[in-house]
Amino acid sequence: MALTLRGVGYRYAGSTEPALLDIDLDLPDGRVVGLVGASESGKTTLCLVVSGLAPRTVGGRIRGTVEFDGASVDDWPMHRLSQRIGIGFQNPSTQLSQVSGTVFEEVAFGPMNLALARDEVLERTWSALAALRIDGLAERDPRRLSGGQQQLVAIAGLLAMRPSHLVLDEPTAQLDPAGTRLVGEAIGRLAADGASILVAEQKTDLLADVADDLVVLDGGRVAMRGPAADLLADAALERLGVAPPASIRLGRTAEAAGIDPAFLAEARS
Amino acid sequence: MSDLAVEGLVHVYADGGVRALDGVDLRIGAGERVALIGQNGSGKTTLVRHLNGLLRPTEGRVLVDGVDAGTLTVAQLASRIGLVFQDPDRQVFAGSVRSEIEFGPRNLGRSGAALGTAVREALAATGLDGEERTNPYDLGGSRRKLLALASVLAMETPVLVLDEPTTGQDARGVARVRAVIDRASAAGRTVIAISHDMGFVAEAFSRVIVMRAGRVILDGPPATAFAEEAWEALGSTYLEPPLAARVGARLGLGATPTDAALIEALAAPGSGGSAQV
Repeated sequence: MALTLRGVGYRYAGSTEPALLDIDLDLPDGRVVGLVGASESGKTTLCLVVSGLAPRTVGGRIRGTVEFDGASVDDWPMHRLSQRIGIGFQNPSTQLSQVSGTVFEEVAFGPMNLALARDEVLERTWSALAALRIDGLAERDPRRLSGGQQQLVAIAGLLAMRPSHLVLDEPTAQLDPAGTRLVGEAIGRLAADGASILVAEQKTDLLADVADDLVVLDGGRVAMRGPAADLLADAALERLGVAPPASIRLGRTAEAAGIDPAFLAEARS
Repeated sequence: MSDLAVEGLVHVYADGGVRALDGVDLRIGAGERVALIGQNGSGKTTLVRHLNGLLRPTEGRVLVDGVDAGTLTVAQLASRIGLVFQDPDRQVFAGSVRSEIEFGPRNLGRSGAALGTAVREALAATGLDGEERTNPYDLGGSRRKLLALASVLAMETPVLVLDEPTTGQDARGVARVRAVIDRASAAGRTVIAISHDMGFVAEAFSRVIVMRAGRVILDGPPATAFAEEAWEALGSTYLEPPLAARVGARLGLGATPTDAALIEALAAPGSGGSAQV
């Protein structure tokens, strides 16, 4: 079930300027699409539009078409969309239910609402916790965790839903390097199982690991798109406010100093 | 200028009984640039919240210029130690960017030209000049975070504590944060920052404190904290050295925590200059 956007524009309620303009986007099954761009280039807005939250709960005006396998989702209510598409917000405190007494309950909340059998709920919850190595936090109160731990709990809640389409808005912003790696691996596994994933990130190192394709936004429009490996090495990216991955940066510094970047690339592998 | 000392600091959160800090001893001298790193939940935020009195020790104490912080009021601490939260939405509350930035210095008794200067400089440092009348919630998340930084900068505290200042920032935002740190440091202010960006830590700080499970497990300059001998300890708290350090170790060049250090080591005579083009 490929998700496609054609000619999509979006304007927030009360705003005179459109936040998105003329966006074409394909999210095919089994692919990870990275979304980058400077601050306020429209990444979060595009995440909201793809997930259906904008305009359904956010308000504002949308134009263009959003389709699942060629069928418009315009008439779909949010609950129908949310069974297909999971969204992870940038700030976990807006994601967590704030009513669950334990991390386990928080992560089990989604699958329970899918009306799954008990054992299925338990299995999904434990495997999501284990994937992010937070099974040790299962009995803790989610409101009393650190920011990064809360972010992992929020992502575990999404993984437990096993969504066929997943939108992640800076999922690793508050995570330590190992947590970031685990989220990257979880994204890779979901995609290998056939899910389509859109992931907005400032951490281009993570995208270098997980993204198949890359979409670069600038001023609410798609400025560049293509295979992630090619675009991440493109010097134009930095001019659009996106920091290149550490390996690309190091290669450029080396080259400027007259050292063969290929030599360093070899040392890295 | 303020010297900070943390002695035998233990913090147990009331609900849940989690021992977030389990005996931390530290001295941070005036003007130091310190990065605080460690896995999620290792106690970094809990530690810095003790520095300005937001949290009080379960055991041990915090000394500011030799005075037990427990005997100082929150207002007295606030004039010395400015803390920028990880999540600006826990901090920002005013109806305009200007009133948000003015709030702190006004509470410290600043007014007139001094207040105007402090606000103007904070706006310029964070690139928010021109947004004085904007509602903070009309700013995107990354600029709201820079606003939270500006509102603490304007208090001109001798100590600046930043909880994950670069998260959610694009390349320009990270460069701004870096410039703010450099300028504060050049003015003799102490800067303490929590970060998960190891490349940023290695480049912007002269001292790295590594935490695990509520304790300090490593404390030294980036060249020591990211040297090969430290990798196991870093790994035990879910961290990994910056790319330059890994490449340098692989090439037998010793500790090269930054790109610049690595390139310099490569360019040095006898470093296997075969690498030269």
